[in-house]
Formats: sequence, structure tokens, C-alpha cells
Amino acid sequence: MTEFTPVSAAIGGALIGLAATLLMLLTGRIAGISGILAGSLRSDDRSWRIAFITGLILAPLVAGLAGYPLPPPQLPASWSLIVGSGLLVGFGTRMAGGCTSGHGVCGLARLSPRSLVATAVFMATAVAVVAVSRHVIGG
Amino acid sequence: MQALVSLACGLIFGAGLVISDMVNPGKVLGFLDIFGTWDPSLAVVMAAALLVSYVGFRIARQRAHPLFAPKSLWPAKTDIDRRLVIGSALFGLGWGLVGLCPGPALTNLATLAPGVLAFVVAMAVGMIGHDLWQRGR
Repeated sequence: MTEFTPVSAAIGGALIGLAATLLMLLTGRIAGISGILAGSLRSDDRSWRIAFITGLILAPLVAGLAGYPLPPPQLPASWSLIVGSGLLVGFGTRMAGGCTSGHGVCGLARLSPRSLVATAVFMATAVAVVAVSRHVIGG
Repeated sequence: MQALVSLACGLIFGAGLVISDMVNPGKVLGFLDIFGTWDPSLAVVMAAALLVSYVGFRIARQRAHPLFAPKSLWPAKTDIDRRLVIGSALFGLGWGLVGLCPGPALTNLATLAPGVLAFVVAMAVGMIGHDLWQRGR
């Protein structure tokens, strides 16, 4: 059970939007994390991708230095659930050509119909999964 | 120069994820749990991100080319096909199970939590698996 935190949500969201804007304005690239990661795993123009991902990982460390350390996330006890979920996220985002940042932020910001469909589908599916796991199975 | 700029953008993006608490799977699942105690925060995150990037992208469109690159790599695909829909469904399935998607998963590596490492490795395997499968078709 988490509380509605509109102010920090808005500030954080604006920073995400700023990052996406700057990456496009300065380097001409889309801030779609699934694409950035997948490309870094191949030899596809690696250095900027690894730099971006390094920035992502550094952010909580900087926050920690500023006095706001990031606690380890709450994850399910089942390793198979974690691994299964990871496999699905990896495979699915590649098949769809994007994720919450690539389609949900950048794609929608471009008014892309493809991204609208993608976002609607992954949102609806995720909502259904949570509904079943929390209210049907009661996990 | 591109690497330095990308590093900065990743830092800003990660800061956004941390400040909005999108790195917290519980917060994400709280948004997806519309039949439970609903936390709309993720909607506010997306709205704010969209507002800023919509304006930012319009500005970017007007420039001849990016500041530090010869051209902008706007996505070219426009067709809505089965791969888009099925892929999105598979992604949504995975996302709804744990509440982690690529950005927050990578950012959480900073916590050195073993579960995060397992998720990220599995995610990478899933990505490579898909791309190899596609290349073989």
C-alpha cells in the first residue's frame, strides 16, 4: 500500500521528460531504456549507451551522497518469479520495440499511434496481472 | 562528447526515477492495482514527463540536427502489427508480476540487491534471446 505523492511524482516525471528532451536535442536519440540496453549488449554503437546506463545507476548513489539513500527494492521471495518476470520484460520489450520510456514517454510525446497501442496494451495487461495476482489468487 | 552528454541524461533520468519513487516496485504495483488501494502517482509521473517531452520534442523537431550529432534518429516504424501487440502484452505480463521495467531495474542495480541482479540478467537474456530468434527467422 503506497500513498499518493503528487509533488514528487511531478518533479520526478519532469526530470524524466527533461532527460528525454536533452538526449534528443543534443544527441538525436530516443531515451528508450529497453533499446538502449539491448544495443549495449551487442556492439551497436556502445559507448553512449553504456554512458547513459552508467548515469542511471549513478543516480541513486548521488542521492545517497546527498543524504537520500535508495533502499533495496521489495521483491517477491520466489526466484523463479523474478527470473520469469525478467525474461518476459526483456523479450517483450524487444518484440514491442519499446517499454514505458520508449513507448510510454517518448512515443506518446511524439503522438505516435504505434506507441499509443503499445502503451495501452502493456498497461492493460499489467493491470490485469496485478488484479489476478492480488485479488483472485490473493498472492 | 556524446558519451558525456549521455551520462548526464542518464543521471537526470535516474534522478527522476528515484525522486518519483518509480524505482520502488510497490509504488508501481500500487498504480497497477486499480481494484485495490489505488496510488495514482505513476499517472502523474507520466503526465509530467509527457508534458515536458512533448514541448521538448517540438523544439527538437525545429532544429536542423542535434547539437552534437549529424542527425536525429526519430523512430521510423509506423505500422501497428502483431509483434507490437504481442510484445507489449508479454512486457505487461512481466511488468505486472514484479513491478520492474527496464529503467527502474537498471537504476536499482545501485542497491546491489541480489534479486535486482537476477532480474537484470534475466532481462538481458530475454532481450538477447529475442534478437537472436529474430535474426534467425
